[in-house]
Amino acid sequence: MHIHDYEKIWLVLAMVLIVAIITTITYGATAAGIGMISDDEETIDSTALDEDERFADPRVEQVGDNEYEVYVIARQFVFEPNPIEVPANSRVTFYITSPDVLHGFQVEGTNANTMVIPGEVSKLTVEPNEPGEYGIVCNEYCGSGHHTMEGLLIVHPEDEFELEDESDE
Amino acid sequence: MSEQLESGAPTFLDRFPQEARVVRAALGSSFIALFLGALFGIVQTLHRTDILRFMDSSYYYTVLTAHGVLMVVSFTIFFLVGIYTWGVVRSLDRPLVDIRFTWAWYGMMVAGTLLAVVPILGGFVDTSELSADVLFTFYAPKQAHPLFYGGLSVFLIGTWMAGADWFRAYFAWRTENPDERIPLQTFMALVTMVMWYIASIGITIAVVGFLLPWSLGFFDQINALLTRTLFWFWGHPVVYFWLMPAYMLWYTVLPTISGGRLFSDPLGRVVFILFLMLSTPVGIHHQYLDPGISEGFKAIAMTNTIFLLLPSLLTAFTVVASMEHGARQRGGTGLFGWLRALPWRDPAFTGMTLAGLMFAAGGFSGMVNAGLNINYLVHNTLWVPGHFHLTVGTAVALTFMAGTYWLWPQLTNRELYSRPIALAQVILWFVGMALMSNAMHVAGLFGMPRRTAEPQYDGFDFTATFGSIAEFDLQLAIGGTLLTISTLMFVFNIALTSGGPKVSGLGKELSEPLSGPEDSPEILDNLKLWIIIALVLVVLAYTLPLASIIERGGVFGPGVDPVPMIVEPLLIYVEAAADESTLGRLAGGVLG
Repeated sequence: MHIHDYEKIWLVLAMVLIVAIITTITYGATAAGIGMISDDEETIDSTALDEDERFADPRVEQVGDNEYEVYVIARQFVFEPNPIEVPANSRVTFYITSPDVLHGFQVEGTNANTMVIPGEVSKLTVEPNEPGEYGIVCNEYCGSGHHTMEGLLIVHPEDEFELEDESDE
Repeated sequence: MSEQLESGAPTFLDRFPQEARVVRAALGSSFIALFLGALFGIVQTLHRTDILRFMDSSYYYTVLTAHGVLMVVSFTIFFLVGIYTWGVVRSLDRPLVDIRFTWAWYGMMVAGTLLAVVPILGGFVDTSELSADVLFTFYAPKQAHPLFYGGLSVFLIGTWMAGADWFRAYFAWRTENPDERIPLQTFMALVTMVMWYIASIGITIAVVGFLLPWSLGFFDQINALLTRTLFWFWGHPVVYFWLMPAYMLWYTVLPTISGGRLFSDPLGRVVFILFLMLSTPVGIHHQYLDPGISEGFKAIAMTNTIFLLLPSLLTAFTVVASMEHGARQRGGTGLFGWLRALPWRDPAFTGMTLAGLMFAAGGFSGMVNAGLNINYLVHNTLWVPGHFHLTVGTAVALTFMAGTYWLWPQLTNRELYSRPIALAQVILWFVGMALMSNAMHVAGLFGMPRRTAEPQYDGFDFTATFGSIAEFDLQLAIGGTLLTISTLMFVFNIALTSGGPKVSGLGKELSEPLSGPEDSPEILDNLKLWIIIALVLVVLAYTLPLASIIERGGVFGPGVDPVPMIVEPLLIYVEAAADESTLGRLAGGVLG
């Protein structure tokens, strides 16, 4: 096959570019310490979330010295719990599922972003360092009230945070 | 007749009158879809930017479903079957085997479209159960009326028959020409259809195996992740299904109207084979953020996706080199001075070139989407529609419109109504899309979601790191308005063409490539080999993820009930906000 010299040079440069992009993405996705949404959570019966130990009572729970777990239900057209309150400079892991249709969960303007699929549990760990209020949006169309589906993540300064006692529920 | 007095060549209509009628019908259907799609588009643009809201926001999703389906299913695919019918017949230089079969698939596609559009428009009728507010992606357990899935199936069968029709013409040609190379346009059409058949495996299992019987009530529960994954099995190759006819025009028509010849026929074949092999085993890159799919499968999809840059980078070289050759034939000189010698006053040339330029920009934003890690920042934000309005919305749509300016006179024996309006139209599209797409990309980076009627929230405001949200909303709306005007200019220019007098000699010959098929190894035309390799790649990419999804959740899911998408749930959610338990009760009522 006849290939022009310029074309050969272009082909080589294109391959170099492709390999370079794959390398940088692989580095960014592994070595840089960014965890991906994956398949480490078991599936869940979305019609029986009220019988599930984690999701019957959506909440923030302290699980370690500076570690928190948040069990979130995304349903037409609310997030529970709302607002979600955590301290700054902690390690917060969200477990999110849906009892109805697909939803999205994104802390606006950040890469804390996941699909929420009924039957599956999304696990997402973040380390909020800046105290403040962050909006949470559902970014997957979920029905006629989709645009009203929002939540709030409140990151308190470390010294001002105290987890509400929810044992009375 | 005055034919002898004219200097031009006979047109496609002169040579293949029966086929020309089918091509006209297919392109005509495509333009009707474009016109309606654009009307829904402007309603949506003005609504979400809060510039003009004349309907309740719950109808936004009906409008969005109609816009999506009409544009990316009807407009693009009707155009594809029209242009490929033209390309196959023209390049084989023989009529189709049986024109009744051709009209049959065209009829199937029209019927399928109408069946699917009825329940979509039913979304506007408050009390109607005939509804399909499920958007173009129809992710279960959102459930549409069975007519929606049925219509989609009929439409798909029509496209498969179209492919069979072209293969039939090719086999007939092959018996008459046992030793010749497959003509380039036919090669491109056949390879595209092979890709389409492979891609269709996913959507067929999803729709016929699950969604249609599920919407008819044969079973209640569904594995939402499984049907979503099967959708994207088809959903990514479909973007190449839109793109490959545009590539065919860039490879075979653009060099001629630049005044030159295609740089390399063999590389054109290589590019299409690469698309055939790589466009399906990448679908999981739409699911980087899905729970239930391991990082490893996502990384494989990422690698394949980045390799898909190769055919597009090769195309950029070949097409620009062909244009430069054309410009130098026209007397252009200098390192960049040749650009001035190109036929910028020709709307077909300028439209295709601007489309190609914007495709480069779309390619760059696509690389961001493809990045497994950085995708987290943009997934499901307005960035994503910003991206695909550059690719399908411009590289494809503008090339189709520009190609129409070149082809339509040869299908009708009538001069285009107005070339100046056509030139203004393609430039207006470029300017409008530059504004709209830029605003969408930027707002997406600020976190503004896509597919949302009112991206204005009670509890917080999006923070613009430069400019202001209002400014980008305005830019989006101005861009959308220009695009709507551009669409109207296109549609009316074509419609008014039919009022002109018939003339003869409007036919245009396509130039031969500089490096022709004789330079390409025979193996490139061995379709069986490429089909086998493509299938092996698909099996490698999809067997394990699908097996894992089924193993985890079961074929019919881990327990997920259907949620019919009709407008009524608006009432439910108002009450549900007050009392969650109401939701289950009312939803039960709707289902019952």
